[in-house]
Amino acid sequence: MQNPAIEYDYTVAKWFSYLAILFGIIGMGIGVWIAFELAFPELNYVAGQYSLFSRLRPIHTNTVAFGFTLSGIFATWYYVGQRVLKVSMAESKFLMAVGKLHFWLYFIGALLAVGSLLLRYTTSKEYAQFEWPFDIVVVLIWVLWGISIFGLIGIRREKTLYISLWYYIATFLGVAMLYLFNNMEVPTYLITGMGDPFHSVSMYAGTNDAMVQWWYGHNAVAFVFTVPIIAMIYYYLPKESGQPVYSYKLSLLSFWGLMFVYLWAGGHHLIYSTVPDWMQTMGSVFSVILILPSWGSALNMLLTMKGEWGQLKENPLIKFMVLASTFYMLSTLEGPIQSIKSVNALAHFTDWIPGHVHDGTLGWVGFMIIAAIMHMAPRFYKREIYSKKLLEMQFWLQTTGIVLYFSSMWIAGITQGMMWRAVDQYGNLAYSFIDTVTVLHPYYTLRGIGGLFYFIGLFMWAYNFYKTMTASKAIEKEPQFASPMAA
Amino acid sequence: MDIRLIQGVAYLGLIIFLTFILYGYIIHLYRSEKKGKRNYEKYGKMALDDELTSPPVEPLEEHTKESR
Repeated sequence: MQNPAIEYDYTVAKWFSYLAILFGIIGMGIGVWIAFELAFPELNYVAGQYSLFSRLRPIHTNTVAFGFTLSGIFATWYYVGQRVLKVSMAESKFLMAVGKLHFWLYFIGALLAVGSLLLRYTTSKEYAQFEWPFDIVVVLIWVLWGISIFGLIGIRREKTLYISLWYYIATFLGVAMLYLFNNMEVPTYLITGMGDPFHSVSMYAGTNDAMVQWWYGHNAVAFVFTVPIIAMIYYYLPKESGQPVYSYKLSLLSFWGLMFVYLWAGGHHLIYSTVPDWMQTMGSVFSVILILPSWGSALNMLLTMKGEWGQLKENPLIKFMVLASTFYMLSTLEGPIQSIKSVNALAHFTDWIPGHVHDGTLGWVGFMIIAAIMHMAPRFYKREIYSKKLLEMQFWLQTTGIVLYFSSMWIAGITQGMMWRAVDQYGNLAYSFIDTVTVLHPYYTLRGIGGLFYFIGLFMWAYNFYKTMTASKAIEKEPQFASPMAA
Repeated sequence: MDIRLIQGVAYLGLIIFLTFILYGYIIHLYRSEKKGKRNYEKYGKMALDDELTSPPVEPLEEHTKESR
């Protein structure tokens, strides 16, 4: 029996939750802005070179992926890790110090890295734009997280690692491997003594560079947007609903299935390019097979709610998580369809691709992180959630936003693809590029409005969280399952 | 033999091998439960009963005793 005076220590989890909200607002705010830039190009020039789409787009992607999402992942790790291992961070001064150092290095590193992109320091590799000094900081941050994960596991009371921990560990190992290999680069100043000290060139060239880049790029989706989010849903949905995982065996099998298949699917980003044909085919085949483990996890989550669907009506957090799971199913079906060669011939380079990415990121990743942080809030502050009504309104506003986003991009993408490939009876192209731009304008505007809805929802979330922290009714003890909330 | 052919064949071989491993794992999971060696479903409780004061589903001490 452990000392009853010791409690779980949520200090680091709270700090990362604040960061998730902050980076969510910054990253998605820029996203909404650049969406409107595409619809109304004059917006590109409001702040000279600093407001150009090309300058802001990497800041949007990096802030939402490595700012908002990673903060959410770290916040939930520092919460879930303690609880399922039944050990408090307060029991180890060392791990507490590592956690705090992890936070501060991450926060300062993230701000500097975003600043560097604004000052146009970039490797020009998508989702791997940070130049080499920042890569070194990223490695340090990651090592600290690793010490925290394995340190906490080292002092655990629970023998078996709960399935969520498998996914957190996979995130740690997967990203470590991907990031190191894709960011192998030569700092040119150190070799030649000339030019900008921040500049570097990739160690890979041509097709090899493309293959490594998309092995990384696709698996960044796997190990930042999928694997750790599954870690979250396997904890928060059962906990909030009071229902154990429908099938623990299925969760184990889906885990290994996902690990086995995901790493091979990146080739679908390079269909009809210079990489070997068999590799392109393998990329397609593995992407289609990926439906199985993805749907295995998603169905396991939906079946966890079996016999308890009434909760969907009563509890907005369950709504967020069930819809997150549903969006996960949607985007893991859509992705494989897009990776089929004949579909890819139409879809590649069109707006259908950002449409696909955003029903996954806004619906699955965003909703899961929002729900997880709101589930933790009453436990952090021993207060009930400030407003159920506000949470409901946020849910419906953001859901409408996502629907506007992906439906407009489906129509825009397919229209664009069809117009690009249309030829007359002599084989001449039927449309020039500007014809497509004119046709797509209303859909770009709709996408911006959808994004704006989601963005407004983030402020509702931040307000609800802040009021829960400061002004909500105190609760006597930590709730066991459903989070208490005021009407 | 062409290097690309070797790569392709090796890749296919690896996939078939890993597929066997994956299916072997499914069989292993179900067989262990059937023989009564393990009850995987009880681990689902780890998320629900996760207070610091609640007893672990499988305490670490038992594990160390077993392995001695």
